[in-house]
Amino acid sequence: MAHAVEIRDLHKSFGALQVLKGIDFTVDPGQVVCVIGPSGSGKSTLLRCVNLLEEPTSGQVVVDGVELTHRDVDIDAARRRVGMVFQQFNLFPHMTALENVMIAQRRVLKRGRAEAERVAMENLEKVGVAAKRDAYPAQLSGGQQQRVAIARALAMSPALMLFDEPTSALDPELVGDVLTVMRKLAEEGMTMLVVTHEMAFARDVADRVVFMDGGVIVEDGPAEQVIGAPQHERTRSFLRRVLDPTHTDV
Amino acid sequence: MTGPPAPSGSSAGAGLSPRQRRNISRGVQYAVFVVLAALVVSLADWAAIREHFLDMKVAENLFPEIFTIALKNTVIYTVSGYVLGFFLGLVVALMRLSSAAPNRWIALVYIEVFRGLPAVLVFILLGLAVPTAFPGIRFPFDEYGVVAIALGLVSAAYMAETIRAGLQAVPRGQMEAARSLGMSYSRAMITVVIPQALRIVIPPLTNELILLFKDSSLVFAIGVTSATSELTKFGQDIATEYADSTPLLLAGATYLLITIPLSIVVRRLEARQAKAR
Repeated sequence: MAHAVEIRDLHKSFGALQVLKGIDFTVDPGQVVCVIGPSGSGKSTLLRCVNLLEEPTSGQVVVDGVELTHRDVDIDAARRRVGMVFQQFNLFPHMTALENVMIAQRRVLKRGRAEAERVAMENLEKVGVAAKRDAYPAQLSGGQQQRVAIARALAMSPALMLFDEPTSALDPELVGDVLTVMRKLAEEGMTMLVVTHEMAFARDVADRVVFMDGGVIVEDGPAEQVIGAPQHERTRSFLRRVLDPTHTDV
Repeated sequence: MTGPPAPSGSSAGAGLSPRQRRNISRGVQYAVFVVLAALVVSLADWAAIREHFLDMKVAENLFPEIFTIALKNTVIYTVSGYVLGFFLGLVVALMRLSSAAPNRWIALVYIEVFRGLPAVLVFILLGLAVPTAFPGIRFPFDEYGVVAIALGLVSAAYMAETIRAGLQAVPRGQMEAARSLGMSYSRAMITVVIPQALRIVIPPLTNELILLFKDSSLVFAIGVTSATSELTKFGQDIATEYADSTPLLLAGATYLLITIPLSIVVRRLEARQAKAR
């Protein structure tokens, strides 16, 4: 079976700073892969390379059989198949929740108003914020905004969803709602690549966990192995710090 | 241990509380204003002022043309120049932020040239030099066209910088979210970034409208007929005719009739934005 995502020897530098130093990995259709690692390890950059929000310095990114890093590829068309959810939600503040979910359907997929609204409402219902259809982002809580953002991405019928620390900007009591939606998506068989600090979510939901540090993948395996019985000392020390913040390494 | 800390600054004011000292300083300011006003009033020759600035017989001759011709033309010049300047300014602002270096250079040169030149010089160049250099070219709508283009060229440079600042004030994540949904760069600009940027720059752009309203008086530089004259020229012509300054005063008052309400609108918009933030 073809991979949903295939990344080969990916390098990314910002000026002299090497952020990704040769990444190879794949995601299969229907898989949920969580990427964990300390801040500055390159995990967000890796995710942003998957839909080319960052242009890789070298290497290949293949999504759904299309090589995005190829010179002749229509990147706008390719991105339609890849949904992305951001840490800061990035809802369009001048549009209501419903308009946020409709706008790309209308302008990119050229769907009619009625169809776009139907699809938008389906997805707003799915994430539990249908009642807020006419609210502007500023009138919504962070958790509601993030769920609208998920609905906005889902409305494009993506083959793959990218989540870039989707709960990091949320108040602790709002994290659960967003994770519940993501869990539901995973159960429905959505292919997901999730950068997260939520270890419980990674352990329970992810098929695989990838641990990154210093621009390379240190460990890549089943969730229970990488989180439960890590093979590398760097993974172990990271998990000790995350799971017990009062613990300090010597 | 020393005693309780003294109220700040009380040692210098010789026993006066900060509030008392503030009141004294206010009193001194008001006294200075009153003295200056009294000086101006007493030095002025009121008989001459009444004769040369408030002559009702001269004033009568201004109506209704001061509204039907002068103000009308001022508004036409201003609005046409503003509309042209806005769209040109938007294009220049987008070029200024373009990823293509030549676009950025052209935009920068444009802004520097038209912000650096006195507006009156642009009027003269456009009204007199261009017809000489390009004998075949005729501006549409005669004076109206020349003025609209001159005001548009000048205001576009200022508006471009304002709009650029507005575009840059829109968080980068907005463009990224739009692109991640499959929108092209220009589609994302039009649907997501530009509407937000314009909302941010409405107050400064309205200020620009006020400035332009006054700059429309520079029309005198290209010479206008009585049918196309605007407020300043109109007032000046009649003032010369009667050797009396009343028309100038009335022309000035007519400007304020427009600019003060606009200023109030700007202040309201700014207050609303401050609240929304």
